[in-house]
Amino acid sequence: MLLSVKNLKKYYATQKAVDDISFNIAQGSIFGLLGPNGAGKSTLLRMITGIFYPDSGQILFDGQDFDMLKHVGEMGYMPEERGLYKKMKIGEQAVYLAQLRGLSRAEAEKRSRSWFERLDMNTWWDKKVEDLSKGMSQKLQFVTTVIHNPRLLILDEPFSGLDPVNANVLKDEIFRLAKEGTTVIFSTHRMEQVEEICDHIILVNQGKKILDGTVKQVKQDFKENIFSITLDQVPPVLPQGVEVLKQQENTLTFHLQEGQNANGVLQHFIGQGCTISTFAELLPSLNDIFIRLVQDTSAARAFVEV
Amino acid sequence: MNKTLIIIKREYLTRVRKRSFIVLTLLIPFLFIGLAALTGLIAVGGSTGDKKIVVLDKSGIFEKNLKNSKHVHYEFVQGSLDSLKHNLDKKKYDALLYVPGIDKQLNFQLLYNEQIGITTEARITDDLNDIVRNERMKAAGISSDQLKVIEAESVSLKVANIQDGKESSNATAMIIGYACGFLLYMFMLFYGMSVMRSVMEEKTNRIAEIIVSSVRPFQLMLGKIIGVALVGLTQVLIWIVLFGLFAAIGIPMMTGSMAMQVDPAAMSEATSQAADNAKWMQVLHALQGTNWWLIAICFLFYFLGGYFLYAALFAAVGSLVNEDPQESGQYTLPITIPIILGFVMMSSAIGNPNSGIAIFGSIFPLTSPIVMMARLPFGVAADHPEQLIASMLCLVGGFFATTWMAGKIYRTGILMYGKKISLKEAGKWLMRK
Repeated sequence: MLLSVKNLKKYYATQKAVDDISFNIAQGSIFGLLGPNGAGKSTLLRMITGIFYPDSGQILFDGQDFDMLKHVGEMGYMPEERGLYKKMKIGEQAVYLAQLRGLSRAEAEKRSRSWFERLDMNTWWDKKVEDLSKGMSQKLQFVTTVIHNPRLLILDEPFSGLDPVNANVLKDEIFRLAKEGTTVIFSTHRMEQVEEICDHIILVNQGKKILDGTVKQVKQDFKENIFSITLDQVPPVLPQGVEVLKQQENTLTFHLQEGQNANGVLQHFIGQGCTISTFAELLPSLNDIFIRLVQDTSAARAFVEV
Repeated sequence: MNKTLIIIKREYLTRVRKRSFIVLTLLIPFLFIGLAALTGLIAVGGSTGDKKIVVLDKSGIFEKNLKNSKHVHYEFVQGSLDSLKHNLDKKKYDALLYVPGIDKQLNFQLLYNEQIGITTEARITDDLNDIVRNERMKAAGISSDQLKVIEAESVSLKVANIQDGKESSNATAMIIGYACGFLLYMFMLFYGMSVMRSVMEEKTNRIAEIIVSSVRPFQLMLGKIIGVALVGLTQVLIWIVLFGLFAAIGIPMMTGSMAMQVDPAAMSEATSQAADNAKWMQVLHALQGTNWWLIAICFLFYFLGGYFLYAALFAAVGSLVNEDPQESGQYTLPITIPIILGFVMMSSAIGNPNSGIAIFGSIFPLTSPIVMMARLPFGVAADHPEQLIASMLCLVGGFFATTWMAGKIYRTGILMYGKKISLKEAGKWLMRK
């Protein structure tokens, strides 16, 4: 485990921002931290990056007690609210931030140059941030986050405000880094990205962890026995235990009762002389699961004295 | 390299490289010199245009005695007032002085074509008064020789310390005191605000969170404060060099050209000038008697101490402000008030350097940099060393206290986005570990 979080708590005056959360992140995985607005994601990340001290609980980095000053060079953090010095030259800025992460001046300069080279940013070196478009500055922000080759990369809403092309560039870089062994924590409330990128997710709501598992496992856990079948013709008699939810021409979406078997359904249709062109189990999307779990609780957290 | 050093370096370099810094630093001494020259010019310029005054003297006393001076020329005419009023060549004369005769009532009249200005008016009044007084003296039987004896010498008061007999001049001390106090006042406000703006920029730019994930917030704050202090010292150093150059090259040139300008017409004023010179010599003497080393060292100490104390507070305020720059006004008020109070106390302390309020003001850390610097030229260090030591210790203590407080507020404040923070809430942050 690269990162282990144990019973982490952080209470503010009016709310329990993080209330007893534990999880583990394996080396080299892409880890999704999900949750609605105000769930406590940012507070959690600020504790993992050492910006906040937890009220109680433990953070282990690579088996050792996490110490920001000791592990500063092994972590890269791109917060949700992010920015750069507007008036500072872009190259100098990248070098400066890399130096703060513990690189020597020469090394910082060398790495900045090579990253700029790879992402077609060579001509930017002497420009200022205020000259960049939002997408460009996002790209620069990403470079300054990963320039020191962190072992743990923490990205909070990395794609917000990016057009699909730039989002893809960023996504490819994230995959490339993960393949090279970087562990990534990816915080968002955009589920379609999570399904695409993450191996393992946790869902946080109102300061508590309410879901923990691999994407595959979570989907399995939340499946509702819903199938879809396409036939050349729909026979008049349907198999037992089938409750049609939707019929679109010859495609049926149905719910299969507990205890019934998909094979039985197929045999019934075959027995009726129908030709089956597709048959699939419909797994719930993370989006559905997310909404189902979070919906009941009020979206905006009430302010309660702790 | 230490992270704080990297931050100091960035803060220092970005400021010093700015065009506005270079321009301001080079321009301000010239502005000062220019301003001084301009005020001088205006003061002199008021009486430059030579005035020609036509005098219609019915008494006959003035014709012999009214002498032309540098800027006022008298010309005597005869005739009736009315006809002169109409026939006077407006191009050639500025005014008509009408002396009806000196009886009991002195109803002199000055009829002008164009306003002659207050200096010329005073000059004419003085000239007339001199003559009238002389006439009256004569009438009373006092000869001009006797008059000279009466007016021979005025009192000159030599002020010296009772113990070491060192001469001092209250006027000189006042000038030095004001200058030092005012400089400190300006520096504390100007650079304090600069720190505040920079913190606000980092907060609103949202880069603060990125940086404090690499360094402790306290390091960032301290690096910024020290960086700006170095900028201030650089600026002062440049000014000292510039003023030194000016003193070495400029002053001999100016005094040289002034010496050439002294013409015989001004010789009549030589006596009064001699008196002036004596006074200046006294000031010069006092300047040499002033303990410059002590003042320079104390200036550096109070400059840094006062700046650090206030810069920490300004940094804390900057961290509380959100996007709306107007908000900063309400937060800065509690900080600017003691600075302004210090300035007011300084004025009082210069009037009476050992009053209770001056002593309090020069020891209380929020006002001491300004007030103590103003008291120093009056010899506080020699007379009351215990006060100077108390003041310095309090300032160091105050600096640690405000920096500690500011650090607590700062580290929470810079990450609080989009929320208005009340001072009460900020006060609560002080209590947190």
